[in-house]
Parts: sequence; C-alpha cells; structure tokens
Amino acid sequence: MLESRIIEKLKAIVGAENVATDRQDLICYGYDATQFEFLPDAVVHPGSAAEVAEVLRLANTQGFPVFPRGAGSGFTGGALPKGGGIVLVTTRMNRILRIDTENLIAEVEPGVVTEEFQLAVEKLGLFYPPDPASLKFSTLGGNVAENAGGPRCVKYGVTRDFVMGLEVVLPTGEIIRTGGETYKGVVGYDLTRLLCGSEGTLGVITKIIFKLLPLPEAKKTMLTIFDSIDGAARAVSTIIGNKIIPTTLEFMDHATLQCVEKRFSLGIPETGRAVLLIEVDGDRELIEKQAARIQELVAPLGLVECKVAKDAAEAEALWKVRRLVSPSLRDVNPTKYNEDIVVPRSRVPDVIRRIDAIAGKYAIPIVNFGHAGDGNIHVNVMIDKEIPGMEEKAHGAIREIFQAALDLGGTMSGEHGVGLAKQPYIDLELKPEQVAAMQAIKKALDPNNILNPGKMFPLE
Amino acid sequence: MDPLKRVEQELKKCVKCGACRAHCPAFQELRREPAVARGKVALAQHLMKGDISLDDQTYLAMSKCLLCGSCVEKCPNDVPTDEIVIAAREALAAQRGLTTFHRAVGRVIRNRRLMNMGAAMAALLGPLFFRKVPRTSGLRLRFPLPFIGGKRHIPQLAKKPFMDRHPEVIEGEPGKPRIVYFVGCMTNFVYTEIGEAALALFRHLGCTVIIPKEQQCCGLPGMSGGDLATVRELAEKNLAALEKFEADYIVTACATCGGALHKLYPLVVGKRHPELKARLDALAAKNIDAAVLLQKLGLHPEETGAGEQLAVTYHDPCHLRTRAVTRQPRELLRETPGVEFLEMEGADKCCGLGGTFNVYHYDTSLAINAPKAAAIEKSGASVVATGCPGCMMQLADGLHHRGAKTRVMHTLEILARRLR
Ligand SMILES: Cc1cc2nc3c(=O)[nH]c(=O)nc-3n(C[C@H](O)[C@H](O)[C@H](O)COP(=O)(O)OP(=O)(O)OC[C@H]3O[C@@H](n4cnc5c(N)ncnc54)[C@H](O)[C@@H]3O)c2cc1C
Ligand code: SF4
Ligand code: SF4
Repeated sequence: MLESRIIEKLKAIVGAENVATDRQDLICYGYDATQFEFLPDAVVHPGSAAEVAEVLRLANTQGFPVFPRGAGSGFTGGALPKGGGIVLVTTRMNRILRIDTENLIAEVEPGVVTEEFQLAVEKLGLFYPPDPASLKFSTLGGNVAENAGGPRCVKYGVTRDFVMGLEVVLPTGEIIRTGGETYKGVVGYDLTRLLCGSEGTLGVITKIIFKLLPLPEAKKTMLTIFDSIDGAARAVSTIIGNKIIPTTLEFMDHATLQCVEKRFSLGIPETGRAVLLIEVDGDRELIEKQAARIQELVAPLGLVECKVAKDAAEAEALWKVRRLVSPSLRDVNPTKYNEDIVVPRSRVPDVIRRIDAIAGKYAIPIVNFGHAGDGNIHVNVMIDKEIPGMEEKAHGAIREIFQAALDLGGTMSGEHGVGLAKQPYIDLELKPEQVAAMQAIKKALDPNNILNPGKMFPLE
Repeated sequence: MDPLKRVEQELKKCVKCGACRAHCPAFQELRREPAVARGKVALAQHLMKGDISLDDQTYLAMSKCLLCGSCVEKCPNDVPTDEIVIAAREALAAQRGLTTFHRAVGRVIRNRRLMNMGAAMAALLGPLFFRKVPRTSGLRLRFPLPFIGGKRHIPQLAKKPFMDRHPEVIEGEPGKPRIVYFVGCMTNFVYTEIGEAALALFRHLGCTVIIPKEQQCCGLPGMSGGDLATVRELAEKNLAALEKFEADYIVTACATCGGALHKLYPLVVGKRHPELKARLDALAAKNIDAAVLLQKLGLHPEETGAGEQLAVTYHDPCHLRTRAVTRQPRELLRETPGVEFLEMEGADKCCGLGGTFNVYHYDTSLAINAPKAAAIEKSGASVVATGCPGCMMQLADGLHHRGAKTRVMHTLEILARRLR
C-alpha cells in the first residue's frame, strides 16, 4: 500500500483526475494479454515527459516501483505491477507531433496507437511497415519497448529498424535524447537500440522518432496450399533464393488448417497439409511479374492449389484464413500458451517435426502458424486448465520446444519478449555472463531498482 | 438467481487481449480501461468473486456502456460484453433499486394506455415533457421519453402518432408477402415519416402490411437500466401482439427495435425465462430490417420518379452493422435516381447515443458524436441517411451543435422518393 501522502504528491504532479486508486480502477490495470493478474496500488496517467520525470524522482526518493504501460496487450506480462507499486499509463500521451515528408521521418508520443500512426502517414503517401497483429490497439511505445514485429518484417524489418531516436526518462528521472533525425550517427553508444526491446526496464519512452518509407504503389496477395510442410518450407527458401523478398510469408501447419476448416469451412482441400499466404508489394508492373514468377517457382513443390487475389476484396478473403486462426483455436482447448520461437528459415520443417514429436510425447495439442519468411513460428500449446496435471505438462512441453529452437540455432522469442512469462526459461538461452552484463546495465541506470522491477530477470 | 451467474461461462472466454480497445466507442472517448469491454468483463469477474461490491464505482463503470455490440462483433473470442453489462446492471438494479430516471422510463414504456393514446399523448404530455428553450427551434425535455435526456435538443412530437393514422391491417395483393410491422416508439411518436415511408414502400410492392395495435415499446430503454422485469413484461406483450397475425416477416425500420427483437430478446429474456425461449427464437428468426427486405423483394430503380437532387451519405447504426446490414442500404441508396452517394469517413463508428447512456453521460455521448458530425459535414453530402431513429436524433443533435446544415433522414424516406 502506498501512503496517502504519496498519492497526494502524485496528484500534485499529474492532476487529481489522473490518479486512480479505486479498487475498480486497480483491477482494470492489473491484467494484460497473459491473463496474469497483479493489482497496483495506484494508476497514474501522466501527460508529459516532465510529469513522468517527476513521478520517477518521487519513486526514487520514496522507494516505490513504477510499471510503464501502453495498451496492456503484451503477451509476457511486461506491464503488470507484480509486487505492487504504480502503473504509469501512456494513454494520454497520444499525439503525433510531426510527419516530415521531406526527410521521411515522424515524431510521436508513446501512447499513439500503431494503426492510427500508419493511417496518418499513409494519407501522405508514406509507409510505416511494422505490423504486429495487435496494431489496432497496441501503442507505439509498447511496440518499441517490446521491439514488436509482424508479417511484413520479413521484407522491412522489425520496429527497431524504424526507430531513429528516442526521448527517454531514465529511471532516476533525467530526461535524455538518444539517436536523432539523421540516418547516420556514431557519436557515443547506441542507446536507441539498447532501449528497443528493453521492456520498460531501462527508461520510460516519451517520444519516438521513426523513419518512414514511401508507400508502395500496390500489393498482390496469394494463398498457396501444399501437400506437405516440406513443400511449403522449400517454397519459402526457393522464393527468397530467387531474389524475391515478399512482404509477407505467413504459414499455417496442418493442425492449424484443421482447426480453421472445422470451425469455418473455408473449403481448403483435404490434401492440403500446409498453407503459405504470400504477399508482394511495390510498383504495379513489378509485383505482377513477381507474382507470376512465384507461381512458377512453387508449382513443382507439391502445390495443391494457388489462389491469386484480383482485387482488395479478394485479398481480404485470402487473409481471412489467417485471421480466423486465433478464434478457431479455442475449439481445441480453452487455454493457449502462445510461444513465438524463431529458427533460421531453412530449419522451419525441422522444428515443426520436433514440435510434433513433443506434442505426441506429452499428449497435448500443439498448433503452429506464423511468419515463415523470418522463421518466427507461433507455437500454440493448447490446454484445458480444468484437467489436472495438464498445466504442468504444458510447461514441460514448452521447455522442450524452446530447447529445440535453440538447438536449431534459433531463439525462444522473436516478438513477445521475456517479461514475467518467459523468466523461468531464460537460462536456457542466456549464459550467466550475458545475464550479468545485462544486469550491470540495469543496475547502472536504475540503482534503486524502481522501474519495472522483476521483469526480464527475476528479482534477486 | 444472481444475474451474473448466468454469464459465468461467458466471462471465462475473455483472454484480456485488448482488441476491444479499438472498437469500443465508450473507451475511445473516455480512454480509461474501466470503460472498455475488457475492463467491464474484469469487473464482472471480480464481482462474482465477491472482491468488489455493487457500489458507486461499479455502478459508474457499468454505466459507461452504450450496449452497441461493437466489441462483441469484433471480439476474437466471442465475449458477449453487452449481455454481461446487462447482467451486471440487473444485479445493480436488484441491489440498489432502479434510479429515479429508470423508474420513470419503466413507467412510461410499460404504460400501454399512454402508448396508444395517440394524439392525446402528445397534447397532454407535451407540456409536461417539454419546456420551450428560448432562441432555439428545438425543445427541451423535462421528463424522460425512453431515449431522451434532459439537455438534448430534440425534434417535436408528432401531432398524431403513426399508429393512430392507419388501420391495423392493410390488405395488399394476393400472393404477395404479408408483413407485420413493428413500429417502435420513436417512429410512432416522433419520426412518423419513417413509418409512412415504410408503409408506402411495402404497399407499393403489393405487400399486406399489418400494424398490430397491441404492440409496445421494445423495452430496450429498460434493458439499458437493468430493469429486466419491464423488459420481460414488454417482450411478452409484444410476443402476443405480433404472434396474433400470420405473417412472412416481422419488419423493423428501427435498428434498435430490430436489435431487441432479433438478438436481445432471445439472449437476455430467453435465458431468464426458458418458457418463452422457443417463441422468442421464432420471433427473432422472422425479424428483418426494412431495407434488407425491400432489397430482397426487388425494389427496382426503374420504378421511380425523379425529385430534388440529393447528395447522400450513410451512417451505420451499430444495431444494423453488428447484424451484417451495411451493404444493402448503401446499394439501395446508390441506385435511387437523383441520389449522389458519398461515403463518409468512419461511417461505421457509433453515433454515441447508446440508449439511455446519453442521459447519464450526455457530454461523453456528444463527444463520441463530434467526429461523426465532422465527417458528415466533410463528406459534402446534404443529407445523412441512416436506419435508426435513435441515431437520427443523435446525428441531428450533433450536427446542430456543430452548426451544420446537413439534413438527417431515414433511408426509407429517401427510397420512398422512388414512388413519386
Ligand atoms: C492479439 C494479439 C496479437 C499480437 N500480435 C503481436 C505480433 O504480431 N507481434 C508482436 O510483436 N507482438 C504481438 N502482440 C504482443 C503485443 O501486442 C506487443 O508486445 C505490443 O508491442 C505491446 O504494446 P502495448 O502498448 O500493449 O504494451 P504493454 O503491453 O502495455 O507493455 C508492454 C511492455 O512495454 C513496456 N512499455 C509500454 N510503454 C512503454 C513506454 N512508453 N516506455 C517504456 N516502456 C514501455 C511495458 O512496461 C511492458 O514491459 C500481440 C498481442 C495480442 C494481444
Ligand atoms: S472482450 Fe474480447 S476483445 Fe476484449 S479483451 Fe476480452 S477477449 Fe479480447
Ligand atoms: S457494447 Fe459498445 S460501449 Fe459497451 S463495452 Fe461493448 S463496444 Fe463498448
């Protein structure tokens, strides 16, 4: 519990209407998409970097933890106030400050919703590619803090690749700028990259300068259905090997297709064992050529069917297959553990086979889909918590899945981060010396351990 | 039975993904988690656990919902937040009693005599309900009509209610569909032109139109306040009134009434009163929106005369959008001679009325409407058409506040121009 004296001080900083302590408010800021729940002692809605800085200075002198929060759509519990303290919500800091069409950059506050930003730049013929599936509600601050990715990242890169500079309030309350507005810049350490993916543990991001691209003229969408997972995987490497980088290479395995088909009857042929949703973008002529070439390339790889969208409506119909995956999974089992391992592109079939074996060993349904282009696979371990012992089994399976990804030269998480959810497994991937180096950075920047404590690494 | 118990299984479906943040009009304006579907689900879960009580804060959070169903439509996990909020409000009403306002609403909408008194009602209650506001053409309410709060500028009550102007059964051509028309209060007492347009259009197609005299308010204003007893009473009376006639379709031209008949009656009343379930389901299956039926029956563009040229845009009422009625009204409008159709930005966004939401949160309700009014003006249209008299009133209010000249009409009114 925070003393009322501190609550009063917080109110003095951000305004009384921007501090909430009713239990109802605490409940509504105690969850995220992990469905874990930890209630804060207060919810604070700052309106500026200066207010954030004052809150953090107060936290240092009074010794209470501060948990930054965007939209609370995180999959690993990064925004959850485990152990109590205040949740610092960026919702009010939601202005797009400028879009500079001459230098192709934009500056935003962290609470701007990803899609709103995308639409705003697209109106000016510009393009911000990172497209996490949560883009309609996640915040750009959250995207930077988690280094979010999405389907388009195979061609364009992840959030980090578009961050040129930041304004950050350090855990001790100093406001600093990192990076800048120029593509080149080598003076000092690259703190910008350090902060991307730092999960709100090293500073509160209060402004972001993004790099933008010209908006591609058009895109072309194809749905290709293969008779084996290997065919789909070979298609990925063949396409890229032939120097075509599609915007999107989304794949769904057999288990996924069965779920979708069972619930929505989209008419995917029975012989289909894997699906690739392929999208290319660019100049109109170029993409027609690329689309034709892709069809040629995949034809001999056990192709069952290839549907090419003629217009936006047909493209949307093809995307529907991918979008219906999540809603149909519930039919398998009520709860899913959604992991997002990455392996080198060429190892996708190997890791899928290993996962199938793990599913068999633990007798737990596991459904795989994701971004084949960059080897990022969403592994969904489907369980029913009401069945005794199933949750423990799931944890065993997840550990083996992570190990499989690591054995094949990959990583445990490509997008979702560590937060609370992946802490138990972090030793599989990071050596003690690596952890020590990271913790040294944390300690240097946050000597009192008040900013998002207990995330990424367990509390000592 | 504890009303929340009924939605216990539904509560478990929410995975707290936050997708509803993109679609909830209450959240988009208030920008705080307790206003969003996810927050209300979390609060309902904690209510069930007994961790919070039905106190003022819970009441306030649960009042911040327009029951628009937008979250339900978009939720990847089919969480029926509208149903959950109704259950929570029922629990709140049961423990705390209905508010004065909702008691008054219940009294008005339950009172068949008032409903059917026709012209007398307007004449008699007019001065009671309204007080003249100087310097504006609108009127101000003193006493609540189902959807109408105190501060709002509203259109005048009709001199003679729609249902008093017409016989109960208007025979059409043999072999043509027989339709029962569920009119709704707003059309009956305020926007009678909607009813006239509906009648003209269906008669033009040769339909037999039945306007059951015994029909009542759909009850949604009661639902909105957690007054489920009133809703049940009205649902039962409407069932009896509508079932009395053999008909192919039960037509609504009010999206909100349609929402009650086809979705909320079975869902909310049916669950609480299993003995009514089968009949309510049958009623729901027969319900169809007037525009959809007109298109189905083939209202063809060539059957039309010309008139004044109109630049028309269209606003999607939530209660039509969430039942997948978006294409049909637009198509009908587009092919109407003399109509230039202009799509506005954010046509699918809620207008902000939300039943009795606007009474408690009038400022929020108007704030939700503000971008809508701006988009209407920006579209360049001279008329905004829509399929719900509730939306019509809200749109007119928003445009009025903005000082815009755009007229608000029901889709059917524009389609009826074809008959001239
Ligand atoms: C349905 C669904 C689909 C998803 N799809 C994807 C996907 O395709 N790709 C992907 O990468 N992720 C995905 N995610 C995960 C999640 O949406 C992303 O991690 C997103 O970036 C989180 O943004 P948020 O605003 O919700 O952040 P929150 O969940 O609120 O916070 C996430 C982390 O960021 C920190 N943080 C937030 N704002 C700031 C700030 N201003 N300064 C410092 N730290 C901050 C928090 O402390 C926390 O550690 C998905 C989630 C859901 C529910
Ligand atoms: S109500 Fe639906 S959309 Fe909203 S958080 Fe729950 S599951 Fe997600
Ligand atoms: S019904 Fe409408 S207002 Fe209510 S929670 Fe859902 S989206 Fe929000």
